[in-house]
Amino acid sequence: MQSTTLILLLGFMATAAFYFGRGRSLSLVGGPGHGTALHSLPGYYGYYVAIWVAIPALALLLLWVMVEPKLIVTLVVSGLPEAYRDLSPGELNLLINNIQNLASGDVVSVAVDETLQAAANQFNQYAAQSRQILAVLALGFAGLGGAIAWRRIHPDLRARNRVERVIRWFLIAASSIAIFTTVGIVLSVLFEAIRFFQKVPITEFLFGLNWSPQMAIRADQVGSSGSFGAVPLFTGTLLVTAIAMVVAVPVGLMTAIYLAEYSSARVRATAKPLLEVLAGIPTVVYGFFAALTVAPWVRQAGESVGLEVASESALAAGLVMGIMIIPLVSSLSDDAINAVPTAMRDGALGLGSTRSETMTKVILPAALPGIVGGILLAVSRAIGETMIVVMAAGLAANLTANPFEAVTTVTVQIVTLLVGDQEFDSAKTLAAFALGLMLFVVTLFLNVIGLNVVRKYREQYD
Amino acid sequence: MAKSKGQTTREKVEAGLPRRRRKELMFKFVGMLATTVGVVFLGVFFSTLIAEGSSAFKQTFMKLDIELAEDVIAPGGELDLAYADFDGLVRSALREAIPEVSGRRDRRELYRLVSVGAAYQLRDLVEANPELVGTKQTMWVPASSNVDMLIKGNIDAELDESLRPISDKQIAWVGTLQDDGRIETRFNKALFTNGDSRDPELAGIKGAVMGSLYMLIVTIALSFPIGVAAAIYLEEFAPRNRWSDLIEVNINNLAAVPSIVFGLLGLAVFINWASLPRSAPLVGGLVLTLLTLPVIIIASRAAIKAVPPSIREAALGLGASQTQVVFHHVLPLALPGMLTGTIIGMSRALGESAPLLMIGMVAFIVDVPGGFNDPATALPIQIYLWADSPERAFAERTSAAIIVLLGFLLLMNLAAVILRKRMERKW
Amino acid sequence: MKMTAMTDVTTDNQTPPTLTEEPAAAPVAEPIQMPQVPEQETELSGETVGNIHCENPFMIANDVNVYYGDNHAIKNVSLEIGKKEVIALIGPSGCGKSTFLRCLNRMNDTIETARVTGQITLDGKDIHRKEQDPVALRARVGMVFQKPNPFPKSIYDNVAYGPRIHGLAADRAELDDIVHTSLERAGLLKEVKDRLDEPGTSLSGGQQQRLCIARTIAVNPEVILMDEPCSALDPIATARIEDLMDELCEDYAIVIVTHSMQQAARVSRRVAYFHLGLLVEVDETDRIFTNPQHRLTEDYITGRIG
Repeated sequence: MQSTTLILLLGFMATAAFYFGRGRSLSLVGGPGHGTALHSLPGYYGYYVAIWVAIPALALLLLWVMVEPKLIVTLVVSGLPEAYRDLSPGELNLLINNIQNLASGDVVSVAVDETLQAAANQFNQYAAQSRQILAVLALGFAGLGGAIAWRRIHPDLRARNRVERVIRWFLIAASSIAIFTTVGIVLSVLFEAIRFFQKVPITEFLFGLNWSPQMAIRADQVGSSGSFGAVPLFTGTLLVTAIAMVVAVPVGLMTAIYLAEYSSARVRATAKPLLEVLAGIPTVVYGFFAALTVAPWVRQAGESVGLEVASESALAAGLVMGIMIIPLVSSLSDDAINAVPTAMRDGALGLGSTRSETMTKVILPAALPGIVGGILLAVSRAIGETMIVVMAAGLAANLTANPFEAVTTVTVQIVTLLVGDQEFDSAKTLAAFALGLMLFVVTLFLNVIGLNVVRKYREQYD
Repeated sequence: MAKSKGQTTREKVEAGLPRRRRKELMFKFVGMLATTVGVVFLGVFFSTLIAEGSSAFKQTFMKLDIELAEDVIAPGGELDLAYADFDGLVRSALREAIPEVSGRRDRRELYRLVSVGAAYQLRDLVEANPELVGTKQTMWVPASSNVDMLIKGNIDAELDESLRPISDKQIAWVGTLQDDGRIETRFNKALFTNGDSRDPELAGIKGAVMGSLYMLIVTIALSFPIGVAAAIYLEEFAPRNRWSDLIEVNINNLAAVPSIVFGLLGLAVFINWASLPRSAPLVGGLVLTLLTLPVIIIASRAAIKAVPPSIREAALGLGASQTQVVFHHVLPLALPGMLTGTIIGMSRALGESAPLLMIGMVAFIVDVPGGFNDPATALPIQIYLWADSPERAFAERTSAAIIVLLGFLLLMNLAAVILRKRMERKW
Repeated sequence: MKMTAMTDVTTDNQTPPTLTEEPAAAPVAEPIQMPQVPEQETELSGETVGNIHCENPFMIANDVNVYYGDNHAIKNVSLEIGKKEVIALIGPSGCGKSTFLRCLNRMNDTIETARVTGQITLDGKDIHRKEQDPVALRARVGMVFQKPNPFPKSIYDNVAYGPRIHGLAADRAELDDIVHTSLERAGLLKEVKDRLDEPGTSLSGGQQQRLCIARTIAVNPEVILMDEPCSALDPIATARIEDLMDELCEDYAIVIVTHSMQQAARVSRRVAYFHLGLLVEVDETDRIFTNPQHRLTEDYITGRIG
C-alpha cells in the first residue's frame, strides 16, 4: 500500500472518528437536546477521538519512513555473501547503490551478477513486506487509539481541555522548528566541517593562500595534492562585498534622506514602491543582468580608458550586488531616521539650521547606531549572496584587491564544489561544508550584532 | 548692548548664508541623484529585458509539403512510430522546397535549416491521425534556431561568414524559402508547452514552471500552517521566558541567514541523512519551507499584534477559553495579514535559486515532472542554466523566462496588495 | 519624521470649527478640568477686543490665517509684539496659539500641508518676503520647545551648535566665551561647568530645558519664542525658568505659549487669549486677569473652559 493511500485512509478514519465521537457523547446524555450535561461541547469529544485515531498512527508512519530505508539496507547487506562484507565503506556504498538501482529497474553501473540480482530481489521483497507491515500496524494503531478514546468518552470527560492541550503542543512544536532549523544548520555544517578538518588542518584552511580543491583519484597523478587555503576566497568575498557596500551605502542612505526630507509626497509615493520592486527581483535575475549586460559594459568602459578588465571582474558583480542591496540599506536607514524624535529636528531648525545641517549634524549622528546596525545586516546579506557572484564573478581564486580582476567568493566555491555528482565524503565536498560553516558563523555574528544594535537603538527612542 | 551685538550677529549670519545655501542645494542634488540611481537602474533593466526577451515569444516556422510515405511510416501496413524515419521525410520535403541543392555537404547544410522538432511534430501528427498515412501534408514546422535568429535579425548577415553560425548558402536558401512564402514567425507555443532541450527552438519552461509549482505546493502546505501556529503560540500563549526569547532570536536570525546555508542544511539532512531523492520538488519544497518560515512567522505575528486587545477581552469575558478566543476571534481577524505575509514569503520562495543548486535541482531535465518525487528543476534555475548556454537563442529565451518569472512575482505581489487593501481594517 | 510632525500639530488643531461643541478632552497638563459650558455663537464675532497694539512694536502680525490642508487653524489674527516685553499666548488646547507661535519664525514651513496667509513683519520687514531666508530668520527669532530637546551631543556641543552653523565665532576661544556666557545667562553654568563634555541628555528635565534656552540665546536672537516651555517640568524647575524669563526680557522680546494662567500672570506684561483659531482678547496682563472684556476670556480665566 502506498503511503499516500495510507495517509488518505487515516484521514478518512479520523473524520469518521470525529462524527462517531460527537454522536456518542450526545447519545450518552440522551440526545442533542441535552448537550449542556456534557462538560464540553459535543464537537470536542469528536476531535478527541479523531486525535486518538490520527496522531499515534501518523507518528508511527513518520518513524517508519525514517527508519525503513536504513533497516532494509542493513538487512540486505547482512544477507550478502561473506566476501562482500569486508568491502571498504566507499565500495559498499557503491554496491548498495547498484542494488537499489537494480531493484527499482534503473541503469546499473556494473555487470549484473547473480549475487547482485539476488540482493536486489531480496531488497524488493523486504520493501514490499515492510509496506505491508506498516499498513497493518498503522491501521491497527488508529483503530486501537480510536477504541480507547471511544471508551473514555463520558459526560465528565474534560474533552475541551484535552483537545486544547494537544493544540497547545502542536503550537509549541511549530514554534520550536525555528530552533531546530538553527540546530540543524549548525550540526550539519559542523559535523562535515570537522570531518574536513581531520583531512585538512584547520590552520591551512584558515591561513593558506592557495585554493585549488582537487583531490587525487590516484596518488601518483599529476597535481595530485589539492590545496585548501581559503584566504583567496575570503579576500574575494570581502572585495566584492566592499564594492557592493561602496555602491549601496551612500546611495541607499542618500535615497532615504532625500525621500524623508526633501521629496514631495508624490515623488515619495512613486519612488518607494519602485525601490520595493528592486528588492523583489530574484537574485538569479540580477546575476543574469550582471553577467550579460554589466560585465561587458564594465569591460568596455575599462578598456576605453586603457584598463585591463577581466570579463568576470569583481567590479561588475559588486556593482550589481550593490544595486540589489540599495533598497535594504535605504529602508533600514529610513527606519533609523524616522525613529529620531521630531523634537530634535524642530530644535535644530528652530536654531536656524538648514535642512542639510539638521540632517548631517543632528539627525544622522542621532540615528547612527540604527544606520550602522542596518549596514551590518546589509554586509551580511552581501557576504551570503550567491547567484550574482556565481554568474558574474567567476571561479579563479586570485588573491588580489584589484576590482578589475576576476575573484571568487566563498559562496561561489560552495556551489562549485557541491553541484554535480560528488562522493559525499571526499575532501572536496567536505570543504564546501567548512566554507558553509565559515559563512554561517560570520553572517550569524553580523546578524546578531546588527539586530541587537537596531533593537537597542529603537528602544532608546521609544 | 543687545542692539549693537545683534547687528554683528546678523551680519555674520548673513555673510555665511550664500555658502550654506550652496551646500544645501548640493546636498539636495546628491539626494536626488541617489534616488534616481535605483529608478534608472530599474528602467534600464526592464527595457533591456524586454528588448532582449520579447522576440523569444515569437518563433520562426517554415512551411513544408511533407509526403507521409506509407513505406517509411508503416512498412508492411503496420504503423512503426518508434523507428520510422520521420527525419528523412522532413528532409526530402526540404529538398523538394529547394531543389537546386546537390552534393552531400550542401544537403547536410540544408537539413540544418529545420529543427529536429519537425520530425517529432510529424510523428505526433501521424500518431493522432493514422489515416493521413500515404497523403501529402502541408505543415508549418519549426525552423532551426540559427534560421530563427537570422529572421529576427539577431545574426548579422553582413558579418564575415566565419564569424556567424550560418553560412552564405544557408542564408541564400532561407531567402528562397522566404520568397516562396514558406517562412513565417508565429507565437512561440513551444516555450510554454515544452520542457528543457539542448535545441533552443524546442526548449520551453513548462518543466521548470511545473517544478516550481510542485515546490510551492509543498512549501505553502507546510509553511503556512506551521508559520501561523508558531506566530499564534509566540503572540498568544508563550510565557516570557528563556525558551521563547531563544525562539524569538532564532527567528530573527534565520530571516537573515544566507539562503545557500539552507541549501547545505537540505543537502546534509534531507538528502544525505533522510535519503530523500535528489532533484525532487519535495526536497526543494522542504528547504524553501524552512527558508520562508521566518518571513511568514514575522508577518503573522504583526497581524496578530494588530488585533486590538478589546476583542480578546470581550471573548474572555464571555467565558471563552484562551484557545477558543484565539481560534474564534483573533485568527479570523488576523488571517488577511497572515495571508499577505504568506504570499510575500511564497514570492520569495519562487525567486530563490541558491539553495536549490545545493540539492541537485540544477540538472538538465527534459521531462515535465509529474509528481513530488520526480526529478525537476525550478524556473529560476532554468534561467541560471540557460544564462550559462552560449547560444544566442538561449540568451533570448533566458530573458523571456525572466519576464515570465517576474510576471508571476508581479501577480503574487499584486494579490498581496489587493488582499491588504480589501481586508484592511481600521480599529 | 514629517508624519509625526504633522500628526502632532493636527491633533493640536483638530477642534471642529463649529461652536456647538467644546474642544476635545484637555490634556493632563491642564491645571483644572471643568464641566463643559455651552456658549452662544454670537459671542465669537472674530473681532479682537482689547488692544492689539503696543508702544514699541517689533513684530507685527497682520490678518494672519493658517490652514493645515482643509483645516482652518488660525483665522484673521493681528497682533503686535513689543521690544523687550513678555507676551503670553493663552487659551484652551487646540485654540491655535502654538500654531500662531510657529508662524513667527516660519517653522510652519517645515510642515508640508501648512499654508500661511497674511503679513508678519520683523523690525518693519515682511518675514515672508522672497529674499528672506527662513534660516536667517530663525537665527533672529529663536525657539524653545515644549519638551526639552537637547541634541544627543555633549552639553558644550549643544550650546555651540548654533554659533557653529551660523559661523558666529572666529576661533575656539570666542566659541568658549559664547558657550560660557550663554550657559551663565541661562543660569546653568554653575551646575554644569565641570561636565561640559557629558551628553546633554544626562541632565535633569529642568536643566535640559535651561540648556535648550542657553542653546537658543547662544545665537543671540532678537525674539525668543517659547512653546509651553514648562509643561514637562516640576514646579521648582518651572520657577527657575520663570526667573530666567524675567532676566531675559531685559534684552529680548519673548513670546510664550502657556497653559497655566498663573504662569502667564507671573511672567508676562501682556496676554493674548486665543479661542478656536481666533484671537479673542489682548490686553495688559493686569487688566485681563482683573477685568476681562470678553465673556470667553472671563470663562477661561475663571476656569469654566478647560
